[in-house]
Amino acid sequence: MSKPNSVGIVTPQTARFESPLTLKSGATLPSYQLVYETYGTLNADKSNAVLICHALSGNHHVAGYHTEHEKRPGWWDNMIGPGKPIDTERFFVIGLNNLGGCHGSTGPASIDPHSGKPFGASFPVVTVEDWVETQARLADRLGIHQFAAIVGGSLGGMQVLQWSVDHPERLRHALVIAAAPKLTAQNIAFNDVARQAILTDPDFHGGDYYAHGVVPRRGLRIARMLGHITYLSDDVMGTKFGRMLRSGAYNFGYEVEFEIESYLRYQGDKFADSFDANTYLLMTKALDYFDPSHHHQHGNLSETMRAARARFLVISFSTDWRFSPARSREIVKALLDNNLDVSYAEITAAHGHDAFLMEDPHYHDVVRAYMERVAGEA
Amino acid sequence: MNMMNDTVRHDFATIAAWVKPGSRVLDLGCGDGTLLKYLMDVRQAHGYGVDIKDANILACIKKGLNVIQNDLDAGLSGFEAASFDYVILSQTLQAMKHIEQVIGEMLRVGKEAIVAFPNFGYWRHRVQVLQGRMPVSPNLPYQWHDTPNIHLCTLKDFEAFCATHGIHILERVVMDGEREIGFLPNLRGSVAAYRIERG
Repeated sequence: MSKPNSVGIVTPQTARFESPLTLKSGATLPSYQLVYETYGTLNADKSNAVLICHALSGNHHVAGYHTEHEKRPGWWDNMIGPGKPIDTERFFVIGLNNLGGCHGSTGPASIDPHSGKPFGASFPVVTVEDWVETQARLADRLGIHQFAAIVGGSLGGMQVLQWSVDHPERLRHALVIAAAPKLTAQNIAFNDVARQAILTDPDFHGGDYYAHGVVPRRGLRIARMLGHITYLSDDVMGTKFGRMLRSGAYNFGYEVEFEIESYLRYQGDKFADSFDANTYLLMTKALDYFDPSHHHQHGNLSETMRAARARFLVISFSTDWRFSPARSREIVKALLDNNLDVSYAEITAAHGHDAFLMEDPHYHDVVRAYMERVAGEA
Repeated sequence: MNMMNDTVRHDFATIAAWVKPGSRVLDLGCGDGTLLKYLMDVRQAHGYGVDIKDANILACIKKGLNVIQNDLDAGLSGFEAASFDYVILSQTLQAMKHIEQVIGEMLRVGKEAIVAFPNFGYWRHRVQVLQGRMPVSPNLPYQWHDTPNIHLCTLKDFEAFCATHGIHILERVVMDGEREIGFLPNLRGSVAAYRIERG
């Protein structure tokens, strides 16, 4: 592929795990598989590996193209590639689809070997801790004892935090972007409205819709529309859509009239065609449950982070109201309280929570500068 | 360091001499991190810089320093009381909006604070005022209309401020260029550095 700075054509790989995995919920998966992609080359002493943790609707396809005809590259292609901020000429970068996902890793739509049917409602709820455990097993499989860095935005950033306390010796650097130490009541409330949209869709069938040959499309579509509202800032919505009307005049009806309606419906439709509703439920629940201080008295994040050994780069975005800069500052404070190395950048950006996926020169310069330092040590 | 003129280097050396080896330091308004890097190199300090400007955050990260993007005028609520051996404010005091709050926060977060600032009472400044113009000098390089400096003071002003706010002055060094000034410091010194603590 002749695209500049692209990792080019990539082929996903699959790792099967036959040893049982006991999840935080107490449930056990006897076996499972994880689908992943890698970019760049692992060096001889295996010290240049970087793990990318994905967010709510992400997957293993982080950079490059699956085929020459694929229109859009992986979801973080602007960040990862030769000469890009996370430089695949220096790092061996791994993206995976988390357990419970719907892009090739074992999830609710996978066939349960016991019944020969899709797991559906019987697929266990997984947590961020479970994901970190499975990611660590994948690292073992690839012979990587210690990552040069683990990087993630949003829910991905939460996995990075969890890594830093669960396996302190297995990462040298932690890049926690547009994340929060745990959800607020408002965050959980948004997630529950999204879940209710799916759960109350008549096509949901208690989660076993696969057997009925339908999908809870309406529910998933509304869930995604709601999500999109919270990912964008009021400002950027105003600038992009304002009160613009598709036909230039009021029609006094309930069809699509405002451009913002058209945008949200398009996003909802696109998502409903490509994502599994059970996975969406599971991912939002993992978000809600995430609270690494849960086991500590008084839920004190500073006490939790005492276990961490990594050096941190924490980044937030000025107009992100889903995981606002104040939430990132909570993380920074907990790191400072433990005398850990940390840098914190608050990026001025219009795009709200979505800004972490956008190409912003300063944001990318900060990540590039930090990763150059990481590369210098590898 | 190669970018810095002698005056500032001497100022850094003074601050470094006060910082005990291996201390935990917080450098407020750290700019591109030159002082912080110097303190890490010569005093093995474990340090964090704080700055508001994007370009400075990037410059510090490039140097491999810890830097926190934060508006000093919004306080230091992200830092625990007495969590640093020294909180340093070098050549930044005069640009702060809320002096009482900033100094108060420095002495809350730091066991000691180090403040260095240009002396408005320096004789060259006084001469320019007598000539009817706002002073412009190597330490006050701005014109009146584009200066970020909104709270300039003299040594006497700062010492009076400390007295009225119950702040102990532990040490003071006054300089003009590379020379340390003992006699008539408020007139002959262009830069002053103070090591202070809560009274």
